[in-house]
Amino acid sequence: MSNNLIEVTNLKKYFPIKKGVFRSTIGHVKAVDDVTFSIEKGKVLGLVGESGCGKSTLGRTILRLLPPTSGEVKFEGENIFEVDKKMMNQLRTKMQIIFQDPYSSLNPRLPIYDIIGEAMLQHKIAANKAEMREKVIEVMSKCELFPEQASRYPHQFSGGQRQRVCIARALAVNPEFIICDEAVSALDVSIQSQIINLLKDMQEDMGLTYLFISHDLSVVRFISDDVGVMYLGQIVEMGSKGKIFDNPLHPYTEALMSAAPSFDPKSRNTRKRIILEGDIPSPANPPSGCRFHTRCIYAKDVCSTDIPEYMEIEKDHFCMCHKVNGVF
Amino acid sequence: MDKNTVLEVKNLKTYFHIEDNIIKAVDDVSFYVLKGETLGIVGESGCGKSVSCMSIVKLIETPPGKYEDGEILFNDRDMLKISDRELRSIRGNDISFIFQEPMTSLNPVFKVGEQLSETMILHRGMTKKEAHEESINLLNRVRIPNPERIINDYPFALSGGMRQRVMIAMALACEPKLLIADEPTTALDVTIQAQVLELMNELKNEIDTSIIFITHDLGVISEMCDRVMVMYAGKVAEVANVETIFGDPKHPYTIGLINSKPDLNTEATRLNVIPGNVPDLNNMPTGCPFHPRCTHALPICSSQYPDEIILSAGHVVSCWLYSSDINDGGSV
Ligand SMILES: Nc1ncnc2c1ncn2[C@@H]1O[C@H](COP(=O)(O)OP(=O)(O)OP(=O)(O)O)[C@@H](O)[C@H]1O
Ligand SMILES: Nc1ncnc2c1ncn2[C@@H]1O[C@H](COP(=O)(O)OP(=O)(O)OP(=O)(O)O)[C@@H](O)[C@H]1O
Ligand code: SF4
Ligand SMILES: [Mg+2]
Ligand SMILES: [Mg+2]
Repeated sequence: MSNNLIEVTNLKKYFPIKKGVFRSTIGHVKAVDDVTFSIEKGKVLGLVGESGCGKSTLGRTILRLLPPTSGEVKFEGENIFEVDKKMMNQLRTKMQIIFQDPYSSLNPRLPIYDIIGEAMLQHKIAANKAEMREKVIEVMSKCELFPEQASRYPHQFSGGQRQRVCIARALAVNPEFIICDEAVSALDVSIQSQIINLLKDMQEDMGLTYLFISHDLSVVRFISDDVGVMYLGQIVEMGSKGKIFDNPLHPYTEALMSAAPSFDPKSRNTRKRIILEGDIPSPANPPSGCRFHTRCIYAKDVCSTDIPEYMEIEKDHFCMCHKVNGVF
Repeated sequence: MDKNTVLEVKNLKTYFHIEDNIIKAVDDVSFYVLKGETLGIVGESGCGKSVSCMSIVKLIETPPGKYEDGEILFNDRDMLKISDRELRSIRGNDISFIFQEPMTSLNPVFKVGEQLSETMILHRGMTKKEAHEESINLLNRVRIPNPERIINDYPFALSGGMRQRVMIAMALACEPKLLIADEPTTALDVTIQAQVLELMNELKNEIDTSIIFITHDLGVISEMCDRVMVMYAGKVAEVANVETIFGDPKHPYTIGLINSKPDLNTEATRLNVIPGNVPDLNNMPTGCPFHPRCTHALPICSSQYPDEIILSAGHVVSCWLYSSDINDGGSV
């Protein structure tokens, strides 16, 4: 058997677009459109891509928080779309997600004790309330939160503190796989570094596996083993992080890398940037052929007619582009 | 107030009283914003950035919050003293706010288009039809694909970054004198971020809007801001223009902050952090709040809060290392 913890095969998630009094379906938002990849146990897959390209939807569908349109997701060889409720409940502790929007993922009426501790009790990680409290405080302090904050409610926290509550909640149940959806985006660099070091330690000590979704390329570069690049519902490039950062092949990846804000105020007017021209296409109506062709600086005729193949260009480095595939 | 000054905050204290605790979220903070300038605010998570800015438009929930002391001068009026009616007309008209978490201010039961239109009908006196057209135009400008469809969506059907851009569109719709942007681009990829920042700069140039930009992204600070205020534990640690903050930071916290940024171009195995623990606002260290984590701390640092020291025009630091009473100007 392979060493893959997660195997995603031809996964699709479409949202119906409804209109009129009868709410009839007039089309679909193809948020995730035929995505295939796997993550080896103990590895971190970074996932980057334009806002709205389907990253969060992919994450939620993998955890069966959204029903898939088609395709398969295997966790430890088990097809999670086929297991029964009881089994799914067991899998739920092993697979956690840190949601992008902490505010709407925390129950406003519960104090932090219960938010973090509830699942501990439910899954018998803590035997009783007293042990739960002890464990809640312990995981909170790992995330730089204070014991007396445990009795407070979500709205009494700063944005970054709420985000850390979500991280603590995910870590509390000793998971094997965590999807981090912009999990550290609201944190200042120092606390962010601390949390990332913590995640990395847990990966090394306990063999945790992550799908790490982030817009912050320096963070992705630090934490990931492999990186996938998404564009309009599809993965257009994937490979080891060294390859993606040092030798990006897909024109979209190239543009993305060039647009990262610089850290040096002096260079703000001199750096070369590929600013993507053209309208951002809608996932309800993706362009024909290569979905990136409407904005690609290299596009030729074939790009608007033929869908490029997702090809292994060099060992473990995949890309979906006619130019890279050698069609022109 | 100087006529070039849009906002002046003087000795603001905003505390939260919870059970028997007092959380000094903003503790004697002063700053100003000039016409047409962008002031960046950076600092550790929980240090009081959002509460400082929400205090400007009195958006703090009271109780448990309380404006204990200070003045907030906008248009020569003290925001802490004006009537609720005046306050409401300033919010949205003269000052707009982009909140850190979009779902806190988008109403989940109204369509995106309805929310945008309402803002423009209310604050810019547009007709329904004009507001509808302008909504589409604005969504286009914040790079939302297919705005004609999106205006009929409810906020839950948008991605995180799309919600953030709807918020930005709404704030820009009012053509404010002062735009307060609290982590406005955390959910945006770098390409869209670059375009949205550009749009904010256009607004700044076209109608001389001033911007307060809270972000932990030092790259964004360096691209957007004229001046930067560094906060630590409810206080202002250092203020300077953007080149000075990056090129010649003085406060040991600022120096630590700038050194902890992972560099895109190097392979690190472990990220730098500022050693020690985040201070507990409820149980604040005496003296300079940074002293337990500061490698340069002097004996006086643990007993007395430092004075503000003016190092050069516009560069102010609150740190004993630079006090002439303690040594001769010192360096870190
Ligand atoms: N519940 C829903 N109903 C309808 N459409 C949806 C729903 N959730 C997401 N979408 C659409 O699916 C697409 C992908 O959204 P998703 O949240 O996965 O993007 P994302 O890559 O996470 O973006 P971001 O970086 O901005 O968070 C978007 O066009 C969005 O409008
Ligand atoms: N409603 C509230 N009740 C009690 N405490 C609060 C409340 N709102 C904020 N605080 C506390 O005040 C302090 C300052 O919060 P603020 O939101 O200003 O932080 P911030 O600098 O914006 O942090 P972040 O970068 O994480 O958003 C925090 O310690 C927070 O816990
Ligand atoms: S296939 Fe064509 S349009 Fe698509 S990325 Fe490659 S060159 Fe550009
Ligand atoms: Mg998302
Ligand atoms: Mg904040």
